[in-house]
Amino acid sequence: MTSHIDKKEVTGRELEMPKVYGIDYTGKKIGMWFFLFTELLFFGGMFLLYSIYRYRFAADFHIAAMNENLVIGSVNTALLLTSSLSMALSISAVRRGSKKLSAFLQIITILCGIVFLVNKYFEWTDKIFKGIYPNSPVLEQYSKGQILFFSLYYVMTGIHGLHVFIGTVVISFMVVFTLRDVITPANFSKLENTGLYWHFVDIVWVYLFPLFYLIT
Amino acid sequence: MEEKPTGMETHIVGYKTYVLVWCALLVLLAITIVAAKIYFWKYSVLINLIIASVKAVLVLIFFMHLKYEGRFLKGLVFLTILILTTIIALTFSDVWFRGE
Repeated sequence: MTSHIDKKEVTGRELEMPKVYGIDYTGKKIGMWFFLFTELLFFGGMFLLYSIYRYRFAADFHIAAMNENLVIGSVNTALLLTSSLSMALSISAVRRGSKKLSAFLQIITILCGIVFLVNKYFEWTDKIFKGIYPNSPVLEQYSKGQILFFSLYYVMTGIHGLHVFIGTVVISFMVVFTLRDVITPANFSKLENTGLYWHFVDIVWVYLFPLFYLIT
Repeated sequence: MEEKPTGMETHIVGYKTYVLVWCALLVLLAITIVAAKIYFWKYSVLINLIIASVKAVLVLIFFMHLKYEGRFLKGLVFLTILILTTIIALTFSDVWFRGE
């Protein structure tokens, strides 16, 4: 953060420093990783809860998972993996100076995220129409293990979905930043950190998919 | 003070690498679905979790650039995963040996 006054008073050697001096690239990146570590332990707690109940009510989880739509689950997995690709490509693009290509790839990432959420909406409404939602009269007839399965399903995919939604909003800002040259080949920390977040959300889904859709 | 801000010289990953990683991820997705659907037996869960972990590692190494990071960050990531694994292992050791 070289201020106006600093520039006047610094020695000649410092004046020759590149404009990006002071942005602390590494610090920003490690800060983002620390945030992701807290996120990992946050989701980890829910995965732990899932594992314990799955171990206790293996048969119930098995039956309850038959309500899951494997096609939508698989399509959503492919969508998130593809969005991770476009996100990663957009960072390489901006570093090579291809501003428009980078913005285009970011928009593809956002679209994948939105389609993911639309699929999630259909999946949830389908279940709700079947009467499966927390505290519903239908669900109360089910066995304890099945109730736990659906509770975990709503909480875990819900919080994951919230992360996807936040991700799409943040990437929308990145598109604007990229087009307005706030994100440049020399200063791309914002975009890179957004990418780290997006990939993390993808990894969470990579584990959610087999645990909820592939246990029938 | 360094001449350059630290870390800025990091490697720009080529488009081709990313596309190859993406192909590998989609193949693994196909394998995991087939493995779960062809026939369900007691190792299906284990296999699916192993495949999920391979996918996660691919994303970490390539998409999240861990391959090009220094030992410090790699160590931090390893430590965090170790903490999570320890918590899960300790809890399970309780559940397994508790009896009913």
